[in-house]
Amino acid sequence: MDKAANSILYLDGVNVSFDGFKALNALSLIIEPGELRAVIGPNGAGKTTMMDVITGKTRPDTGDVLFAETRDLTRLDEAEIAQLGIGRKFQKPSVFEKLTVAENLALALAGNRRVREALFWRLSTREKARIDELLGIVRLGAQRHMPAARLSHGQKQWLEIGMLLAQDPKLLLVDEPVAGMTDAETETTATLLRSIAGERSVVVVEHDMNFVRELAVKVTVLHEGSVLAEGSLDHVSADHRVIEVYLGR
Amino acid sequence: MITRWLLNKTDRGVLIMLAVILLLGFMVPALHLLTSPDSPVHVPAYAMALIGKYLCYAMLALSIDLIWGYCGILSLGHGAFFALGGYAMGMYLMRQIGSRGVYGHAELPDFMVFLNWTELPWYWYGFGWFGFALLMVLFVPGLLAFLFGFFAFRARVSGVHFSIITQALTFALMLAFFRNDMGFGGNNGLTDFKDILGFNLQAGGTRAALFGATCLGLAASLLICLAITRSRVGAVMTAIRDAESRTRFLGYRVEAFKLFAFTVSACIAGAAGALYVPQVGIINPSEFAPANSIEAVIWTAIGGRGTLFGPILGAVLVNFAKSWFTSALPDLWLFALGGLFLAVTLFLPNGLAGLFGRWTSARRRELPAAQPAAAE
Ligand SMILES: Nc1ncnc2c1ncn2[C@@H]1O[C@H](COP(=O)(O)OP(=O)(O)OP(=O)(O)O)[C@@H](O)[C@H]1O
Ligand SMILES: [Mg+2]
Repeated sequence: MDKAANSILYLDGVNVSFDGFKALNALSLIIEPGELRAVIGPNGAGKTTMMDVITGKTRPDTGDVLFAETRDLTRLDEAEIAQLGIGRKFQKPSVFEKLTVAENLALALAGNRRVREALFWRLSTREKARIDELLGIVRLGAQRHMPAARLSHGQKQWLEIGMLLAQDPKLLLVDEPVAGMTDAETETTATLLRSIAGERSVVVVEHDMNFVRELAVKVTVLHEGSVLAEGSLDHVSADHRVIEVYLGR
Repeated sequence: MITRWLLNKTDRGVLIMLAVILLLGFMVPALHLLTSPDSPVHVPAYAMALIGKYLCYAMLALSIDLIWGYCGILSLGHGAFFALGGYAMGMYLMRQIGSRGVYGHAELPDFMVFLNWTELPWYWYGFGWFGFALLMVLFVPGLLAFLFGFFAFRARVSGVHFSIITQALTFALMLAFFRNDMGFGGNNGLTDFKDILGFNLQAGGTRAALFGATCLGLAASLLICLAITRSRVGAVMTAIRDAESRTRFLGYRVEAFKLFAFTVSACIAGAAGALYVPQVGIINPSEFAPANSIEAVIWTAIGGRGTLFGPILGAVLVNFAKSWFTSALPDLWLFALGGLFLAVTLFLPNGLAGLFGRWTSARRRELPAAQPAAAE
């Protein structure tokens, strides 16, 4: 337990295999409170699988997964983990297509998730204000009454980031947030994620090297389900093993 | 906000449907009771019973829409909840017969005397009281749905697997109710009812009141479904339908929301069965037949799921077509139903309600002032 001290997320010796194929191989990772961490790695390195393990979608075969030093995430289900304060943006944007942009945000808003409460729930003035604020942050004010299905790919990414913020999580797991975004949008996203970190902890998975450079934070390189290198982007890009498996290709 | 709400297509359809149901509930009994049989506007008893029966089917279709149209749960066993509600009402009507049965036993229904039973089984206690029977009409289907849903949803049984086990559920209940020793009249079921709350079931006034009660029941169910689907629960249900696992990652306990919708839906189906039995005068195990549940799902699809008013329209229209076909071309009915189902699936993905939507949005385009965005 000692090793988990002063961590918001602690993974140690995590193994996940699918029909004999090791997707995660003795993966260990520590994220400090308030940290922004970039995770990179070639296709199939296990980045998404790592997020599945943290959010309760996939149970690890062995290994420890602890949140805020003490909460054992391997014993909780998706809803419980989300209620603990872990939010997730999916690799493939996944918003509720039939609901409007504002309704998507309203559903994500932090608060009671019980059926009885939801039956008589009305948006409070504060919640309305929060939705307006979020719409501003993700620049979807003009689309608020539009069904999410009609948003562009990049806008869906933004909406999902907005939903993530609406949840008011302590830890954000963000899987490939800038796929399908223009350079300008990518830059804004980097700024946004940097501003979120500090108060919250953020783990970002991304392929886009310009984006990772923009974030200017500690980088973890995953390869074949375990950590290959860790450090600043310049440090890991100088590592010859990293160049071999990833950057040099 | 209010104007926006009134302009919403689905809500408008529901409001119109509500008005039609209440109008029917008032006009049909009035035309039956207050006009003479040779008047051109007279509604004869058989027609009132027929429409009443279809409105009960409509309530069943509505209950299916709540879970299938809004939450993506396809139950192919909803006929079971309808039949259980029907049996609960049938048990009350049996107790009302009292000593007027063929064997003249003061306590026991005829079929129990015939089986040489000497006392009432414990689960028939209380059904002499109307209030208790009404409670059971909701409680029995509700409890079954709750228990069944609790285990199925917790085990994350969904999609076609869920549909198949609901078929198995209604089939198993059918076999059970066919058995004489279950104490529900075996394959004859419960029938030969005499009166309800002391009123003769054959009297015009009683039948008119039953018809009115059916309309009120349907209207109330429609309002309940409207309230649920317009609440945050409805938004979560839609979210579950469209992206179940995403909803979990937002922290919603998906199984709790499914269980709530499924249980409410079963209670509505049970109430529909209870209104059905006194109007048709019989309830027997064939009501549990798996094909019945499938037919009800087809009415819902034809009417347009996820609209609440569409399935009501679908159930009534399909059943009118069925009664016409089965008298004119009895062999062709199943082909016609299958063809209708295919045609709607292919050409009207939103069912008959989709036609209504197209018609209203075409009209709105002619009236630029009524843009929904401008009404906020
Ligand atoms: N449910 C599953 N069943 C079988 N194999 C899986 C499953 N999920 C992931 N895998 C495999 O595990 C490996 C790691 O997948 P993962 O999605 O975590 O990679 P990734 O690092 O996110 O890659 P990408 O950059 O392409 O998103 C891949 O080889 C993938 O095919
Ligand atoms: Mg991935």
